[in-house]
Amino acid sequence: MSNLLIKDRDIVVPGEVLAEGMDYLPSGGAFREGEKIIASQLGLVYLANRVIKLIPLTGKYTPKRGDTIIGRIVEMTFSNWFVDIGCSNDGVLSLREVPEYVEKGADLSTYYGFNEYIVAKIYKVTRGSIDLSMKGPGLRKLGTGKLVKVVSSKVPRIIGKEGSMIKMIKDATDCRITVGQNGIVWIQGEPEDEFLAAETIKLVERKAHTEGLTDEISKFLETKTKGRKKKPTTDDKGEE
Amino acid sequence: MAYKRLDGRKNDELRPMEAKTGVVPSADGSAMFKIGKTIAIAVVHGPRELHPKFLQNPEKGVLRCNYNMMAFSGSGDRVRPGPNRRSKEISYVTEKALLPVLDLSKYPNAVIDVYVELLQTDAGTRCAGITAAAMALADAGIPMKDLVSAVACGVIDGTVVADVDKAEEDYEGGMGDIPLAFLPRNGEVSLLQLDGVITKDDLNKAIEIGRKASEKIYELQKKALKERFEREEK
Amino acid sequence: MNMIKDHIVKLLEKDMREDGRKLTEYRKEITIEYGVSPKSAEGSARVRIGKTEVVAGVKLDAGTPFPDTPDQGVMMVNAELLPLSNPNFESGPPSIDSIELSRVVDRGIRECHMIDTHKLCIKEGEKVWMIFIDIYPINDDGNLFDAASLAALAALKDARMPKFNEETGKVDYSERTKEPLPLSYEPIEVTVLKIKDKLIVDPSVDEWNSLDARLTVATLKDGKICALQKGGGAALTSEDVDNMVELAIEKGKELRKLL
Repeated sequence: MSNLLIKDRDIVVPGEVLAEGMDYLPSGGAFREGEKIIASQLGLVYLANRVIKLIPLTGKYTPKRGDTIIGRIVEMTFSNWFVDIGCSNDGVLSLREVPEYVEKGADLSTYYGFNEYIVAKIYKVTRGSIDLSMKGPGLRKLGTGKLVKVVSSKVPRIIGKEGSMIKMIKDATDCRITVGQNGIVWIQGEPEDEFLAAETIKLVERKAHTEGLTDEISKFLETKTKGRKKKPTTDDKGEE
Repeated sequence: MAYKRLDGRKNDELRPMEAKTGVVPSADGSAMFKIGKTIAIAVVHGPRELHPKFLQNPEKGVLRCNYNMMAFSGSGDRVRPGPNRRSKEISYVTEKALLPVLDLSKYPNAVIDVYVELLQTDAGTRCAGITAAAMALADAGIPMKDLVSAVACGVIDGTVVADVDKAEEDYEGGMGDIPLAFLPRNGEVSLLQLDGVITKDDLNKAIEIGRKASEKIYELQKKALKERFEREEK
Repeated sequence: MNMIKDHIVKLLEKDMREDGRKLTEYRKEITIEYGVSPKSAEGSARVRIGKTEVVAGVKLDAGTPFPDTPDQGVMMVNAELLPLSNPNFESGPPSIDSIELSRVVDRGIRECHMIDTHKLCIKEGEKVWMIFIDIYPINDDGNLFDAASLAALAALKDARMPKFNEETGKVDYSERTKEPLPLSYEPIEVTVLKIKDKLIVDPSVDEWNSLDARLTVATLKDGKICALQKGGGAALTSEDVDNMVELAIEKGKELRKLL
């Protein structure tokens, strides 16, 4: 007989026994030890039938192939840029992976300089090395904007179903917003608008697991933008 | 006559404790642990790229612990700032006490830095540091098989006691000081040292009493880790 | 291009800051807590400015005076930028940033004779009180200079003398008297940053990293100034200096109320 020791949406700590018996299966953030299923991370329990999964509440981003991320140039050699993407290793951007033609021996900093921020895609993750590419739509060097950091596991909530949440924030604040899967968010607009967009994103992060969040955020934005003059909408709404 | 504890505690009784996580917001993980008058703050930075590169391990991440007493935190004289032989050894055994629960294979070429600072000391500092560090690691979202809960036991006049304080450490008749760390789920020992002369029986008793006492510490660690997020979720 | 600095400058041009504060406004939450290490330290304090947190402790010892001041106690300030407090601080021997911070806090306390060192003489030429002030940031969210000097000041105010044992010639730490340190003036340090042509106080870490020049000014109750330290790579006009000192005096008055 199997015994479930936790409920859906419980917060658990590493080492906590989540279930006993062979009827349940451990997924992300949990592992099996003999008859027991044990948490390996501080997280929120997510139960789907017999599968027990943890959604991390904290911690650094885990790089995944195909993710679009925002990073900062921290180092360069003759042929590569090194990019801090907020995880355990720096990302590597080879000069072959940028859209510009870079001549051999050129000074790489004239293309992407120290402390500049870029939107890039992870195209390969191998042990201890993360390869980035700038070839693709929306991948670019970022202009001046406000940066906000969120826990990467909350990013899906900030984007929302088919981008609904972020679109709502963009529309209400008239800001261009780019959300990196690594939890770095770039916002560009008028200062008050950037401020409101950042505040809203932090609110979504904090309340990511509450129900009826879309309504709550919609109301929040409504109260905050009440009485503000709506600027004419531009064609450029930014992108995720 | 059997030894009676100076502050009137029962032999297996811990001093009042306090634990809190997220106390250093600029860090990836952090925790404060107070037991009696001993106050430890632990912070985790990382996992992050390890520099210089020759220190990197392509097989797995590196754990680096750093134990330090603030200059004013000692009993009596000021502690000279900077590392010394004692603090280096404690940093080293702290690392070994934490390693059994960590899975570092996910982090090749990276480092997890753990910094432990003592704000005030009344014995049991390395154990308080390890208890705080385990919470800080969990708070940083590092994958762990378990937490680590540590307590210093003592043998005074043939009596085994849990959580010795400075007055007991300085007991005139001499004593055996046994810092211990446990993995709560299976009760295994990841820190074991002894200063003093004791019997083998006393050692076994100390481990037994220490293990029981560490369960209370573990409950507090769990509570502190959850509390912060339960507050935020609501 | 440094994007973070660019953004800060863009806001400053509109007299705005990242967190919505005015240019010359400190963060609202400033707290001073006394006696945070009462068992170990003769005096201690914790200062929080927003999320920035600094602790300071005072230890007292009896030692030999300097030959040129045989009847005066000795004061020493030591600040260490702990790697704990900021992921970019490194372990190892004190960096120049730690040393500068120590020296600037030291200067404020020393130059106005905050501590009456003549009253710290136990036996002329042989034994005097030595005061060690150790400062540690716990969380760096900007403005460590002002927080550190405030913490040092509060720890000194919190300190009580231990007993000096005439027979052994040593300090008996087990007994503390009710005697405070002989303190008089209270220097308040305010650091003013110049970024492009704007002056701000109480910087965030990003603002600190973007500064062109800075001036730390220690002021007294009567508006006199007792220590200065100019930092940063850009030069200041005399008009700048005048404005920065003026601002520091004004802000110093606000901070003084918290003590």
